[in-house]
Formats: sequence, structure tokens, C-alpha cells
Amino acid sequence: MTQALIELHGACLRFGPLPALSDVDLRICAGERIALVGSNGSGKSSLLRLLHGLLPPSAGLLRCEPSLRQAMVFQRPFMWRSTVQNNVALGLWLAGTGWREARTLALEGLEQVGMAEHAGRNARNLSGGQQQRVALARAWVRRPDLWLLDEPTASLDPHAKREVEALMAAFSVGGAQRTMSMVFASHNLGQVKRLASRVVYLERGRVLADLPVDQFFNTRCLQSVSHAAHLFVKGELV
Amino acid sequence: MSTLMHSAATALELIASDDPALWTIVGRSLAVSASACLLASGFGLVLGAYLAVGRFRGRGACLTLLNTLLAVPSVVVGLVVYLLLSRSGPLGGLGWLFSFQAMVLAQSLLVLPVVCALARQVVQDAEQAHGEQLRSLGAGTALRSVLLAWDERFALLTVLIVAFGRAISEVGAVMIVGGNIDGFTRVMTTAIALETSKGDLPLALALGLILLSVVLLLNALVTLLRAWRERVEGARASALSVAAG
Repeated sequence: MTQALIELHGACLRFGPLPALSDVDLRICAGERIALVGSNGSGKSSLLRLLHGLLPPSAGLLRCEPSLRQAMVFQRPFMWRSTVQNNVALGLWLAGTGWREARTLALEGLEQVGMAEHAGRNARNLSGGQQQRVALARAWVRRPDLWLLDEPTASLDPHAKREVEALMAAFSVGGAQRTMSMVFASHNLGQVKRLASRVVYLERGRVLADLPVDQFFNTRCLQSVSHAAHLFVKGELV
Repeated sequence: MSTLMHSAATALELIASDDPALWTIVGRSLAVSASACLLASGFGLVLGAYLAVGRFRGRGACLTLLNTLLAVPSVVVGLVVYLLLSRSGPLGGLGWLFSFQAMVLAQSLLVLPVVCALARQVVQDAEQAHGEQLRSLGAGTALRSVLLAWDERFALLTVLIVAFGRAISEVGAVMIVGGNIDGFTRVMTTAIALETSKGDLPLALALGLILLSVVLLLNALVTLLRAWRERVEGARASALSVAAG
């Protein structure tokens, strides 16, 4: 069995009396591209935050490979009131790299996302798509083994959506020396089909289906696993 | 009405005549309030930013106390500082009572809660919006406080201007701890109170007009700062949307 990067066993998450996640089992291995789907409030974002360590589980177990490097990209990325280059360098600096070196590496990251010519601009004045590319560069320079992306294209126009999606696809392939894994939340089933190797369907904080992408989009197969997931997909594809 | 008009005319003459006594009082007022704001902002911004981001036992009580201190009358602050600095008080050895330093200390304590509470609100809003992402990048509480405070520096500058306005317009505390000594601790507000009680309305009015001008100038500064920010950021944003087609 492949070594898991991160594992959840019976994980629960509560916000006061409200359960956000209940009894979640999830195993993420190297090289997997997992899409989290489900309606609003189903627990996709909470699950990503739990995996990233931003929220501790209320119950259950979260096991993480000790040397695992993670990076998370949010739906609306935070842009510091500074230049694009400094915004990317900030991510590295906070991870312990010296500021001068961080700025040099930031340029490399910006080249990866096609934003190098904007390095000196105020990041707050970029368009949504450009800001998301800067956020991807900020994550990329930290060389993560696991990418966590919370609806990274949700508020973007179709053109920007395609650009960000292309970067996600490129980054998830990784390089010759390393295999990257990716977990992303999305409402866009077309995007899920294009990017994911596995789909996890959540409803009211519970995992109702966890299938390889081809089986998830196979009506008969999905219906046999979860009628609710089947209805969700059917509704989305209408 | 005629008394008012007459006093106003004399006040304007006094301002135009470049009276050294008048401008010494104005200079002292500005120096006391600027020093107090500098001192209070040093502590207040750090404390406010930490209270905004930090989570610790008793934080709620700290915030309640802070909000209560916002409403403390300046005479009470003056009284406390008086008791601290009086010969038998714990800081009596400093010999600061009825001095410039005493007035600075009193005004610092008066505006400290203002700076602290407003800074906390500004940084807390930023923390709610972006704190999670900074945590995701690895920023701890102290670093988040600093980064978010720096990111909100324009809003915090407004906080400092508000604090200066509060300091320069107060009378109770400086009257008690400064003693309103002519040529030594007399500032605009204490001079206005004194001259009014003496019936020297033109001088009181002249000082009142200058005080009003200072406050007006501060408000104009805040407005200009906001307009400049909106213009710069708005112009860039529209240039960008035009470029994007």
C-alpha cells in the first residue's frame, strides 16, 4: 500500500454546537489529485482547513507525514499592500528564508505563473485572476508536496479561470524529481473532470462518496454508491 | 451680538499682530499634545495590534476595560496623574508635578485607550479578513500583529490624527497636573478657560479660533489622506480595467 501523506480517521469538527465535519476518513497519497465537491456548507472548506492544520479536529485522528510541506491557496487571496514580488517573497520569508534570497526566488515563482513583468506593481491593484496567479506563485516557491486549494477559480472570469486551471494542472504534474499532490474544492464539475484523479463528495459534513474520477462520473456506479451524490451531479450537469 | 463681533475682531487683530505670548501658548500646546501622542502611539499601537490578533485568557476582560477607559473623563485622568506625581505619591520623587512632563504624561494616559481601542478594531478587521491566510503561510501571533498593522498603516495614521485631536482639545487633565502657570504650563485650553473667567474674551476667542483651526487642519488632513488613497488606488484600478479591456 502506498505511503499516505496525510490521513484522517473518524475526524470530526465542530463550531460550538454545530457539526462541520462528522466521522471523516480520508487518505491522501503522493501524486493524487483529489477534488472535494458538494453543495455550499457541505464541509469542503472546513476539510481543507483541517488538513492544513488551520483548524484542529474536535475528535478523531489526523496523521501527517512529518516532513510534509503543504501550501494552501484561498478563494480570495490576501495581497499585502506591497509589490507583487514582495507578496511572493513574504511566503518564503515566513517559512524561514532570508529576505534577500526570498525576493530572488520570488521572481522565479512569478516567472512560473507568467507574472514576472508585474513584479514591481502594487499587488492590490491586480485583477482577481492575476492575484490568484500571484497566490499560486507564493505557494509554488515553498515547494509544497501537497497543494490545498479552496475554490481557487470561483470568483474569476472564464479567461482567468482557464489560466489558473492550466497552472494548477502544470503544478500538479510536479517535476522530474518530485511528485506533487493536490486537494481542491470546486463547484465546477468540468474542472473536476479535467483536473482530478479522485473525487470526494461531501454532504452535511460527511463523506458520502470517494471514487476515482471516471467512476464518479459514471451514473450507474455513482448511483450505487450514493444516491445523494448522483442527484448532485445530475443537478449540476443539467 | 456686538460684544461677540467686537471680541472676534480683537481676536483676529491679536492673531495678526504676531503676539509672542499667544504663539508661545500655541507652541506649547502643540508640543505637549504631539509628545503625548507619540508616547501613546508607541504603546497603544503595539498593544492594540496584539489585542486584535492574540487569543488569551482574560482577553474579553481586557477589551471591556479598554472600552471603559475610552469614556473616562479627562479630569479623572488628571486627578490620578496628580496623585501619582504629588510629593507623597509613588512618582513624587520625579518632581514632575506642574511641569511640561506632567502634562505629557496626563495626555498620554488620556489618549492611550483611544489609540489602543481604534488600532485594535482596525487590525482585528484585517485579521478577520486575512489572518487565516497569514497563519497558513506560517505567521505567528506577534508577526501577524506587525504585518497586519503595517498593512493597515493608512488607517492607523488616521487613528493617530484622531488621538492628537483628542489630546489638544482637552482641558481637565492639563489644568490639574500642569497648574496653568503663565509662561510655563499654560496651554491653549487652560488659557481659554482662564481668560474667559477673567472676562478677557478677545484673547480667549483668539485662542479658541486657533484651536479650532488646528482641529480643522487635522480633519482636513484626514480627508486629504483618504482622498489621496482613493485617488491613487482608484486610478490604478481603473487604468487596469481599461488595459484589460
